[in-house]
Amino acid sequence: MQKYLVRRLGLAVVTIIAVSLIIFIMSRASGDPRHIMLDDYSTDEDWERMGQVLGLDKPYWQQYLIFLRDAVQGDLGQSVKEGRPVTDVILERLPATLYLGLTAFAISLLVGIPLGILSSIKRGSLIDQIGKIVAMLGQSAPPFWLGIMLIIFFAVAWEILPPYGWDDWNSIVLPAVTLGWYYAAANLRLVRSAMLDVLDSEYIKLARAKGVPYRGVVLRHAFRNALIPPLTFAGVTLGALVTGSLVVETVFAWPGLGKLAIDALFAFDYPLLQGVVIVFTLLYVLAAFSVDVLYAYIDPRIRYA
Amino acid sequence: MAADVGGVLTPSKTTGFRLSGIYYFFRRWPVIPVFLLALVLFAGVTAPLIAPHDPNLQSLTERKQPPFWYSAKTETQIQTVVQRVLPGSAPQISLSDAQKINPAAQIGDTIEVEQVLRPGGSTKFLLGSDQLGRDILSRIIYGARISLLAAAVTLVVGGCVGVLLGLVAGWYGGLVDEAVMRFVDILLAIPLVLIALVMVATLGASLTIIVAVLTIFIWPRFARQLRGEVLQLKNMDFVSLARVAGASTPRILFVHIFPGTINTLIVVATLQVGIVILLEATLSFLGAGVPPPTATWGGMVSDGRNYLAGGFTTGSWWISTFPGIAIVLTVMSLNLFGDWLRDKLDPRLRQIE
Amino acid sequence: MVTQAATERDVVLRVNDLRTYFQTRWGTVKAVDGISFDLRRGETLGIVGESGSGKSVTMLSLMRLIPMPPGRIVSGSIMLDGEDLLQLSDGEMNRVRGSKIALIIQDPMTSLNPVFTIGNQVSEAIAIHQNIPKRSVMEQALSVLRKVNIPAAESRMRDYPHQLSGGMRQRVVGAIGISCQPQVLIADEPTTSLDVTIQAQYLALLKELQQDSNVALIFITHDFGIVAKMCDRVAVMYAGRIVEQGSVRDIFNRPSHPYTEALLASVPRMEEDVDRLYSIEGQPPTLHDLPPGCPFADRCQYVMERCREEYPTRTTISEGHDASCWRLI
Repeated sequence: MQKYLVRRLGLAVVTIIAVSLIIFIMSRASGDPRHIMLDDYSTDEDWERMGQVLGLDKPYWQQYLIFLRDAVQGDLGQSVKEGRPVTDVILERLPATLYLGLTAFAISLLVGIPLGILSSIKRGSLIDQIGKIVAMLGQSAPPFWLGIMLIIFFAVAWEILPPYGWDDWNSIVLPAVTLGWYYAAANLRLVRSAMLDVLDSEYIKLARAKGVPYRGVVLRHAFRNALIPPLTFAGVTLGALVTGSLVVETVFAWPGLGKLAIDALFAFDYPLLQGVVIVFTLLYVLAAFSVDVLYAYIDPRIRYA
Repeated sequence: MAADVGGVLTPSKTTGFRLSGIYYFFRRWPVIPVFLLALVLFAGVTAPLIAPHDPNLQSLTERKQPPFWYSAKTETQIQTVVQRVLPGSAPQISLSDAQKINPAAQIGDTIEVEQVLRPGGSTKFLLGSDQLGRDILSRIIYGARISLLAAAVTLVVGGCVGVLLGLVAGWYGGLVDEAVMRFVDILLAIPLVLIALVMVATLGASLTIIVAVLTIFIWPRFARQLRGEVLQLKNMDFVSLARVAGASTPRILFVHIFPGTINTLIVVATLQVGIVILLEATLSFLGAGVPPPTATWGGMVSDGRNYLAGGFTTGSWWISTFPGIAIVLTVMSLNLFGDWLRDKLDPRLRQIE
Repeated sequence: MVTQAATERDVVLRVNDLRTYFQTRWGTVKAVDGISFDLRRGETLGIVGESGSGKSVTMLSLMRLIPMPPGRIVSGSIMLDGEDLLQLSDGEMNRVRGSKIALIIQDPMTSLNPVFTIGNQVSEAIAIHQNIPKRSVMEQALSVLRKVNIPAAESRMRDYPHQLSGGMRQRVVGAIGISCQPQVLIADEPTTSLDVTIQAQYLALLKELQQDSNVALIFITHDFGIVAKMCDRVAVMYAGRIVEQGSVRDIFNRPSHPYTEALLASVPRMEEDVDRLYSIEGQPPTLHDLPPGCPFADRCQYVMERCREEYPTRTTISEGHDASCWRLI
């Protein structure tokens, strides 16, 4: 258990370091930051002084360490576009992204897992067919297109839900469904195939032979085993959640980090973009690590390995 | 015993044994996916020959033309004939315009005027035109090229790197294996699209950058699968025999072990193509992909985003919709075909996603 | 007369004309096609046959665990302790399973749920069937584990299946089987994946448990060696039917059905010096669209014309020994 968690924690830390390194290299490759920060009326002395303030006169590895130290202390630099600390801008947008992400996550669980279970125990039934279509669409349709289709139908043609922004309580519906669909599809597929394997196993037969009612077998014995594959896969899907929020927030003009990143990209606001990327990576790595812990909790074979 | 008893009931003898035969045929063979994939491949390769128009030819007078089956939508309005139309007042029509409809019209009359809310479609633009008057069908056909090119280059380069490192890691084991696999773990743990955004912001958007980023993302998946395969194969008798016979390591790896992994490779590759196409489309949609005016499916979906207002009556929904359908059908076909291949070639591979 | 009545009273399980069919794409598969047998208190019945002969489906039918659809118990009765299991509702059947009739499954490696502790799994049946406080459930689970000779049972209760050896797991499965003192215990090839010494130990343990509790045991196997060691009576199954049944002594000394004969001839014997093991030519028939006659006809060395036309009637050879073969008439 401990060995496993230490290993996963190590991977998380190395991932963050790798991303920060990539960002640092890219930021230096993108040119001298003084070009953006100083205007045309600055003098050579201003240039030099700014270089010293930013630590540009030091060797690259020292610059990286300074960058890392500042980042750990919550200093991600100044946003060019907004003229405020990047951290402030990010903290302002973070709740919207978390709200959207968690709602989508909840939808994916509440839709994907029950549908997966139902379609596995009622194989070939109507609900299984519906499940297949949901899964097939979710895995093939890019969220940005799905979102636009939902806007056309629900917001423009039928005028049931708002097409963009975060003004009303029901603003969350379309973005969350768009973002959650992919996971719902992934969960459905994984739960279904895992359930089919598990329900076919000898220990389910034995549990039935003990007198456990069918419902108890499905909910107690099979379900927990069937959660293992979706959990293993959750690490991969979480990555898509980050990507998804970039896309979905852009489509629905949702005031979160994803939209902030894209706006920063087009405004050439490099410090802001790299700040968002770092925060996203942190969120992602944190989520992946919690999944690993949960995984160990559910599967004793990992816990005691 | 129970293994050969599927849940499938005997087809009913009366209503159409033939129909159920067709059903089973389509269930057994991926006819539709293969046909669609062939179509996409054909479109991509022969784009200049089959596209009805130049994909980048703009026509400002023919912007947002609907698909061919759309009839024009008009509305009859009662308007008052005046000398000069004042903005913001009741429906009015200038005398000169009114006389084009009814030469006898006088100032102060009321007259029925046909208002064109939306023009009809024509066979010139089968799937309509976009906000710059470019033919959507032609752009979809050309867009297939970008998707296919990105997928092909990524798979060839990423596949080669992945296979090579997978073979080496599996064969040598120990420290080499540990190093390669930890590197693979890290790469798979990095959220790729974010890195792509950073790279595009720094180096500018181009096909080369996109392909480079996708390749970095794809090769670890090949490496991981290949390594597992090699671990199984390397203890087999034919490998030991080759060793005893004095075959060199590269020879053993490429002549004896590699052919045994080809089934796996084909399956992994098919399933990854869909992922690559989706990622390329996503980057293009975000504006971090192949820059305009080059036609890309993701970019086209993005183009239509601002012209949805009006819905199905007056909105230009087709600009976003059709390229999206192209993506969905292509990726869905790849997934279905990949699933079928996996079951066919190697049922052991069920866990590959 | 008195002895006759006594044996009647001793019968705990009476299976009569049980038929279990499966609907498949290729037609109806008659996996179990009209089998009947009695089982007395404290007795061990061996059900022997090749794979596909219907012995596992018989076992699942007795437990009423046939997957439906595609399977269906078409007719027959299973009288356990005076009630017909086939007439019970699903809820009533759940109460019978594990308490009156219990199962020990084939493969010890896969028959325990990997995510629950041993204690959890052993106590589950006790908790379901006996209305007693949680503490006594655990105590009872512990005593059952001790009964099957699990060392350090107390700490084993908290272990997970993957922490136990194969032989140990098999004992745990056995403990689950006897945990509610069933009247009938079905052991489905309980030892195939264990090595020989552990197998012998386990069989001895089962025998001992049976003598203690006087449970009736059904042993499903294809191994005549185990039959000779463990069983009082044997039923030989072929293509969904019992082709011969009798006491172990009768079957080994006077095999009357050609299939039994062939099966016995294919068992290796220590005392004989044979060059080559006998094996039965051909394959067991596929169970859909069976021809009307005896299904063994194509592999039988004594085949007659009549065998292909009509299924042979059951003939009594001596008391408690009967077989279905035209040669006996």
